[in-house]
Amino acid sequence: MQSSTATASFESPPIDTVGVEERVARLCSRSIKKDAKLQALHLTLSMIDLTTLEGADSEGKVRQLCAKALQLHAALPDLPHVAAVCVYPALVGVAKRTLKGSGINVASVATSFPAGQAPVEIKLLEVRRAVEAGADEVDMVISRGRFLAGDFAYTADEIASVKEACGDAHLKVILETGELGTLDAVRRASDLAMRSGADFIKTSTGKIKPAATMPVVLVMLEAIRDHYLRTGEKIGMKPAGGISTAKDAIRHLVMVRETLGQDWLDPDLYRFGASSLANDVLRQIVKQGSGIYQSFDDFSM
Amino acid sequence: MSERRPAAASHRLPVLKTHKVYVGGKFPRSESGRFDRTLAPDGTPIANICRCSRKDVRDAVTAARAAQAGWAARTAYNRGQVLYRIAEMLEGRSGQFGALLAAGGATPDEAAAEVQAATDRLLHYAGWTDKFQQVFSSVNPVATSHFNFSILEPMGVVGVLAPESPLLGLVSSIAPAIAGGNTTVVLVTGSQPLPATTFGEVLNSSDVPGGVVNILTGRRDEMLAPLAAHRDVDALLLCSPDPDVARSAEIEAVHNLKRVAVRPHEDWTDVQSPYEITDLQEVKTTWHPIGS
Amino acid sequence: MTKSTQTTGPAAPKLRLGGGDGWGYAPAPESTDHVELRGRYGLFIDGEFVDAKGGRTFETANPATEEKIADVALASDADVDAAVAAARRAYDEVWSQLAPRERGKYVYRIARVLQERSRELAITESLDGGKPIRESRDVDIPLAAAHFFYYAGWADKLDYAFPGRDARPLGVAGQVIPWNFPLLMAAWKIAPAIAAGNTVVLKPAETTPLTALKLAEIIRDAGVPPGVVNIVTGAGETGAAVVQHEDVDKVAFTGSTEVGKLIRRALAGSGKHYTLELGGKAANLVFEDAAVDQAVEGIVNGIFFNQGHVCCAGSRLLVQESVAEEVISKLKDRMETLIVGDPLDKNTDIGAINSRAQLDKIEEYLEIGEAEGAEPFQTSCPVPERGYWCRPTLFLRASQSHRVVQEEIFGPVLAVQTFRTVDEGIAMANNTPYGLSGGVWSDKGAKAFRVTSRIRAGVLWANTYNKFDPTAPFGGYKESGIGREGGLAGLHAYLQPEAAA
Repeated sequence: MQSSTATASFESPPIDTVGVEERVARLCSRSIKKDAKLQALHLTLSMIDLTTLEGADSEGKVRQLCAKALQLHAALPDLPHVAAVCVYPALVGVAKRTLKGSGINVASVATSFPAGQAPVEIKLLEVRRAVEAGADEVDMVISRGRFLAGDFAYTADEIASVKEACGDAHLKVILETGELGTLDAVRRASDLAMRSGADFIKTSTGKIKPAATMPVVLVMLEAIRDHYLRTGEKIGMKPAGGISTAKDAIRHLVMVRETLGQDWLDPDLYRFGASSLANDVLRQIVKQGSGIYQSFDDFSM
Repeated sequence: MSERRPAAASHRLPVLKTHKVYVGGKFPRSESGRFDRTLAPDGTPIANICRCSRKDVRDAVTAARAAQAGWAARTAYNRGQVLYRIAEMLEGRSGQFGALLAAGGATPDEAAAEVQAATDRLLHYAGWTDKFQQVFSSVNPVATSHFNFSILEPMGVVGVLAPESPLLGLVSSIAPAIAGGNTTVVLVTGSQPLPATTFGEVLNSSDVPGGVVNILTGRRDEMLAPLAAHRDVDALLLCSPDPDVARSAEIEAVHNLKRVAVRPHEDWTDVQSPYEITDLQEVKTTWHPIGS
Repeated sequence: MTKSTQTTGPAAPKLRLGGGDGWGYAPAPESTDHVELRGRYGLFIDGEFVDAKGGRTFETANPATEEKIADVALASDADVDAAVAAARRAYDEVWSQLAPRERGKYVYRIARVLQERSRELAITESLDGGKPIRESRDVDIPLAAAHFFYYAGWADKLDYAFPGRDARPLGVAGQVIPWNFPLLMAAWKIAPAIAAGNTVVLKPAETTPLTALKLAEIIRDAGVPPGVVNIVTGAGETGAAVVQHEDVDKVAFTGSTEVGKLIRRALAGSGKHYTLELGGKAANLVFEDAAVDQAVEGIVNGIFFNQGHVCCAGSRLLVQESVAEEVISKLKDRMETLIVGDPLDKNTDIGAINSRAQLDKIEEYLEIGEAEGAEPFQTSCPVPERGYWCRPTLFLRASQSHRVVQEEIFGPVLAVQTFRTVDEGIAMANNTPYGLSGGVWSDKGAKAFRVTSRIRAGVLWANTYNKFDPTAPFGGYKESGIGREGGLAGLHAYLQPEAAA
């Protein structure tokens, strides 16, 4: 493994948890109404990585998910399409075929998702296979055990190796913040991932709670901002896990707007990893138009 | 020591003492060179004392300010030991103070009782130095994720108009001020200043850092106004039963919003409580987040 | 999806924050339907609303629109006499005779009704005073209710408050409050006073009388006996009549140091009790080891909370030189996201300046700062045409000798200076006649507590700022005031501890 990051600094600024929580509470007090809300709902749809990551996933399940991605709601033909469909490596092929020509990316988790407890060679092989099968994006997990044990160089090198294995595919680095324990560790992991080649940093696998809490996401956004201000390089952000309502999503967009600014309000730089968020957003869009509260059964699974 | 009669051939002529003021741990005379005569109740002159000027007040405040941060930074335990040491020294000089009080008109029993009471009072406040904070500070259960506490801090430099009560009153006004980490400028303007000037000697031999207590003698109408108006004095302790004295000093104190405590007592026997300390303390509230 | 790297040469990366193109927030005004405001308000004396003797009134206006809201009775000396007499009668005949537990119940009732009517009170506060609804809703009104709730519980526990002492009420308290936290300051004054067994005459500020008068309704509706709380509205003369009234036993004043000194002078020799909460020019010190983003948030909260109309505002920013550039740059970015405008809009961060007079004063300081050579910075956010507004402002490269560093501006204007060492930072923080509050930002606990212990001020916020709680004593050192409000110390201010029998 190339030790390209051996000399990189693993210093990160300190984070005060209570201060972060207060900032989040203040951001949550923003009130998004009318046109601003509708615009945010459309933006949210365009940022969704529609995801299925279950042991029971089959080609049939993935085809169904892709169909949903292609047509979110038949009654609203002018909706944006989601950003990507996110599946396990074995199902990248079927997703790729189903989505062909749609402009919707296929993302694949890899690196022995979700635990990441496998030999590096196997992780790299998995990444290569996913990319060969057509994955446009790779969502890797960091080795939390090594990271928490203080082996930052190992963690950084592993990310760099995966990045190399990705080739042209874009790399999202999952920190699994629910296992990191402190916001200081979230910040350090974010900085480490960005310095090691991440195109995106991502909160969670969705298998561990808490997942994409707002304080965690804010700290990651601030890390992205500082990285940009220092290097000019724009890294993307993907909260995943726990964002299931339109209201949650809009709060995240507010947080992005006031931390990173307009440039990040774009599917190229911001994604939601979610399975049930899309339908709640659709309910809100229909309600904004009709004034009538909607049932989940009005929308396809 | 007040014996001024010519000595008979067989008698030894006593050595008389020059009573000086106590400023910054030294015993200077008034910069003004002026003096006042102290008289016994029967009108006999006993001693000359310094008649201090506003410039002496200024110098004393400078000394008190210079000493304040260091005195406040001493541990409470250490301040307690220093006050205890004052009590020890006073006890050792009880005969001398008894004689001074008797010369001022007290009966021998009264004089002895006052010296004992003053000594015990020092002991009382020596014991408070490391306790009043425990009794009067608080941890405040605020509704946010913060550790919040209020502690007492000394006000700083306290100007003391000493009471007429020459020893017990004097000690009762100084001890709680310095027990809490303040430094003092003490104006002795009563009819019996000699216990105060002599008390300066006790302080000087008691590990009290120079400048913590500064004792000036002289006339109230010359010293109180400049002290009360001085912008580098943080608080006043006015021990006077005369409401006009308090009023005029309070008006001068408005310049920098000095805190003012008034003690109109003439009998100081019962003027002893931790509130004498806390009345010369500020409350400081500090917040800090509780997080990880 | 491409990782885009800046390729346009040496131009520094810049965030596109705030308004302009892209996604913005639509107006989100709080509906005022629920709020009933009368066109005319009387004085609240002896449990009834009455016109001023002689019928004089003054107008209270909405500073965001400059439109009149109501005519309010202007209390004369004779009205103040009547209020004090009512308070004295209520003290002698009712309040001091009541069982402490029952007294406490009345105070609890007030707290509860404040909670029930919180939305109405928040809207009224923002209409009358210009503060953003987010603050009146989330800070002022909940804290006011909490204050009554806290002190209500003390009513029957006074014997446990001061060891070795019997606590006795003082009698009639004359209280004068400012316009920056109208209802909250009324709560700070009234709650401890009446819980401890005193009766009160309170004078609200001339520009913000309405929530105090709504509080009067609440007090009446809570069944509090007539005369226990009296509220007289008016300007400075009415306030002077309250604090100088012969039959007032205790004076409580919150306002400027200048007026505080006049009051203190008038009280000299009277033996009356008093508490004064006065001006401030607090230093907010940011050390190089601070959590910078949270520090920036604390700086913003410290100076832009309530348009900077806060006596304990962190109006002097002292940044350690080694991080000054980063802190100031991030502060500017954060300021770009602040929204100035309609106080009733839920997204407004900075509302209207309270009055034309206050805006004039702030604008005068903006000119002074520039003339002194400090470097002004203001954000680009749009402000409405009518009403009184001031964009969030920095004075960079300010110096200790500048008036904008020395004097209280009481607006959203922050003087920024740098320091090199811990000792220098502390020395600069203390180099002021004021001593109300201070802020310290450091991730190193030992340093934070060292610095807070060496700043001569009554409230120190370490790694936070502008936090308030009924249990936490508040008040100043030096020329920022005398006495404390809140907590046990605030209770002490309304009692006369006597040696226990």
